[in-house]
Amino acid sequence: MVNLLSKLCGKISPLSIKEYKESGGFEGLEKAIFKMSPKEVIDEVKNSNLRGRGGAAFPTALKWNFVAMENSEDKFVICNADEGEPGTFKDKVLLDGCPFQVIEGMIIAAYAVGANKGYIYIRGEYPKSKEILISGVKILQEEGYLGNKILGKDFSFDIEIRSGAGAYVCGEETALIESIEGNPGRSRFKPPYPPNKGLWGKPTLVNNVETLANIPVILSIGSEEYKKYGTESSTGTKLLSVSGRVVNKGVYEIEFGTTLKEVVYDICEGMEEGKKIKFVQLGGSSGACLPESLLDTKLDFDELRKLEIGLGSGAVLVVDDSICVVDFVKNATKFFDHESCGKCTPCREGNKHIIKILDNLTNGEGTERDLKLLNEIAMVMKQASLCGLGQAAPTALLTTLKYFEDEYKNHIKYNCPAGTCSLKEGVAINV
Amino acid sequence: MSKVDINIDGINISVEEGTTILEATKELNIDIPTLCYHPDQTIKGSCRVCVVDIENQVNLSAACCTPVWAGIKIRTNTKKAREARKLVLDLILADHNQECLSCVRNGNCELQDLCMELNIRDTKIEKINHKLPIDDSNPSIVRDESKCIKCGRCITACHDVQGVGAIYNVDRGSHMRISTPPGKKLNEIPCVYCGQCINVCPVGAIYENNDIQKVWNALDDESKHVVVQIAPAIRVSLGEEFGEEPGSIVTGKIVSFFNRVGFDKVFDTNFTADLTIIEEGHEFLHRLNNGGKLPMFTSCSPGWVRYVEYFYPELLENVSSCKSPQQMFGALVKSYYAQKNNIDPKDIVVVSIMPCTAKKAEAVREEMNDSGYQDVDIVLTTRELGQMIKESRIMIKELPEEEFDNPLGISTGAAAIFGATGGVMEAALRTVYEVVTGEELSNIDFVSLRGIDGCKEATVKVGDLDVNVAVANGLENARKILDMVKEGKADYHFIEIMCCPGGCIGGGGQPILGTNEIKEKRIKAIYDIDSMSKLRKSHENPVVKALYEEFLKEPLGEKSHKLLHTHYSPKS
Repeated sequence: MVNLLSKLCGKISPLSIKEYKESGGFEGLEKAIFKMSPKEVIDEVKNSNLRGRGGAAFPTALKWNFVAMENSEDKFVICNADEGEPGTFKDKVLLDGCPFQVIEGMIIAAYAVGANKGYIYIRGEYPKSKEILISGVKILQEEGYLGNKILGKDFSFDIEIRSGAGAYVCGEETALIESIEGNPGRSRFKPPYPPNKGLWGKPTLVNNVETLANIPVILSIGSEEYKKYGTESSTGTKLLSVSGRVVNKGVYEIEFGTTLKEVVYDICEGMEEGKKIKFVQLGGSSGACLPESLLDTKLDFDELRKLEIGLGSGAVLVVDDSICVVDFVKNATKFFDHESCGKCTPCREGNKHIIKILDNLTNGEGTERDLKLLNEIAMVMKQASLCGLGQAAPTALLTTLKYFEDEYKNHIKYNCPAGTCSLKEGVAINV
Repeated sequence: MSKVDINIDGINISVEEGTTILEATKELNIDIPTLCYHPDQTIKGSCRVCVVDIENQVNLSAACCTPVWAGIKIRTNTKKAREARKLVLDLILADHNQECLSCVRNGNCELQDLCMELNIRDTKIEKINHKLPIDDSNPSIVRDESKCIKCGRCITACHDVQGVGAIYNVDRGSHMRISTPPGKKLNEIPCVYCGQCINVCPVGAIYENNDIQKVWNALDDESKHVVVQIAPAIRVSLGEEFGEEPGSIVTGKIVSFFNRVGFDKVFDTNFTADLTIIEEGHEFLHRLNNGGKLPMFTSCSPGWVRYVEYFYPELLENVSSCKSPQQMFGALVKSYYAQKNNIDPKDIVVVSIMPCTAKKAEAVREEMNDSGYQDVDIVLTTRELGQMIKESRIMIKELPEEEFDNPLGISTGAAAIFGATGGVMEAALRTVYEVVTGEELSNIDFVSLRGIDGCKEATVKVGDLDVNVAVANGLENARKILDMVKEGKADYHFIEIMCCPGGCIGGGGQPILGTNEIKEKRIKAIYDIDSMSKLRKSHENPVVKALYEEFLKEPLGEKSHKLLHTHYSPKS
């Protein structure tokens, strides 16, 4: 565990600008706007190797550069605080614990890319966090950190808070943009990408809360110092939201390079009494399920890519052996069936049919053909869906088909090894 | 625009930057399958049937919405792409009511075609199709959601083209539907019944309320005197239903068909189009000379009339009080024609063949029975006429060309062009000019008012006055002009508005798919009919002259007011 990004969370009063400044707050911003050109700010972020923390791990400076290069009178910075990935609650810690740090990151981003307007899109289920943000923005406007001529410099930027009505898909950046525009949350096809044509067709930078919270840190300690954290390919730290059958659940800040085993057994002090680990789902419901044999995997973008998986939002769900994999995946798929916007065929129809087939399996009506079809539907969703939601929705299915194939096959033979789905001890119970 | 070098299936080509993969593949004669794509609409990228493989990319890309980039290597025919397309289609089929044999689009269905083309022989995915009640709440349009494949083309037509927004995406995930507001049927919302949604639907999820059987019943009833009229647009488009080139003129064969199946008289809506010009032209001059409401809007298009009643009720007084040619025809048949031929109007059945779905609703408007009977009894669309001809087993292509009956079958070129956007205005100007000045108009072709553009305008010197006219087709285009009028920013005197893009030749009852390319061919045929006509000005129509002498007496006179004019009421 480290204390780089979240060091002020819980230590200072979240809306006290005095305490924030005494703890080094706004050092990064002041350094940026008084001593650096926008290009130098982007170069500093580039040198830090910071990659997006929302799930896609896209190099942050590269995205900023796309927006900076656009020639437009209006540009926008959006903070994606629609933290909807199941099992993920790390942005909330930052938003509630140190909102100024996130906003400072936005202001620096705006300065770097030449934006004059920002939005924080916060999920509707975080009403308290929303209140804090509204107060925080108001305080910063009064103190001259937001609005016209910030800190007396010829740089103006202001922020509005918007929130969704609870649609998971609005965490996807183009659906989020649609939602801010007042439309139903449905993803746009890309390209054009938001840095070229985003909110109201203008160049738009969309960054995750945690990504933005890294910015003031990088600027104030310098990218060289920042790079001492983490690994060569994955610099810095990551907030993990750990839930499931471990002793200590919660949000932890770890350095990249930490193994899953260390997370489960050292940081979270192991499994609850009498529970045996079965797999860890990494990155929320849209993440991969890794069996115990892969717990030595390092949390590092390149290491994970070798397994063809991602870190996602940094959710770690620890699942014990009393859980039936088929039942588990069915539940996850029901979530995606509910949350799909319904626009593209693979996602709209695919989830429904996966659920139907998994129902067959847990009802003792599954066949070999069903297993083949599951894989085919999952692959067409992954390869042909319009947005990240549909592409990632079958990840749990695909990874469990890979690592727990026997458990699926057992269901065809009327046997649920975990004994917890509707198929128990060889007898199908129709629920 | 600069060019980029790309490679498709091993072939190097150079295309404009920004070209989509779909457009680029067409240049190499590769026909990528599509469903949500429509050549005249914005790109949706939602059906995912058009996926292609791109080198060094894990996922597939939708060809319709992915622009090429320099050096891209596209593979259109890999196993991965072919199987993905098939499975996507299979997923669509699983949620599609496959009662194809009794479907209105059987044989003219893009989904059927794709199944054939993509070699769908056995489907893997279990059918989960929820039969939802069919919405046939109104005279014009029927919606069967069990057939809907959620491509979204109808939404684009309703929102972006017509600016109406009667249907939209409801709910999400696998429950997503394209529907009216929850709990409401089409007749309970501001749907203008234009039928543009029908014209773009790739399957049989939206179609016109079928009235063919009513026509057969009337023909079978010996006590009935059955009279038919055909609208200007029908003669240049019906041929498409029988494989003829778009723009083929089949007037005489249609007349011949009607005679064969036993209509008592075969007349022409073009006759009352000429009459409309006389009444509407005089109404315009009356408004102009007596401080009446200007600009005056045309009133031939019932979708447009419904639109203004719903969305711009404050401009209702600007709409001409003239009934549409269809309704003038019905009223005259059941009064003038009935008297002249000593037929009891209660025994007359007036059948209209219209390019329009809104005409079905217009015919049953409460106001439309000034003859003492419902002016028009049955309205068929062009497509329904095509269907009726097929059902009759008469080979229309082989029929001889026959002439319309007298007297209500005589018309001028001015009436013919009612079928295309700008035509009513052009016809009116030909007459208004000569009525006002008493001089012969030297050049009667108002070319600036022709063509498929959404908004057109012209200034015409009529005597001492410069008359400013505008023409709009498609309601989203109409809205732009209406807003200008509302805000006092327009100085037009006379405005023609047609509900459907391209005018009536692009109506919601026309052969499917009437793309812009096809519409332009229909328009050309309309103007060919005009230029081939001996008489090209409505006021020169001898039967119209006789009608005034024998019956109506004068334009805007008492009889005209009773039979040929109407009123409108705000709808909310």
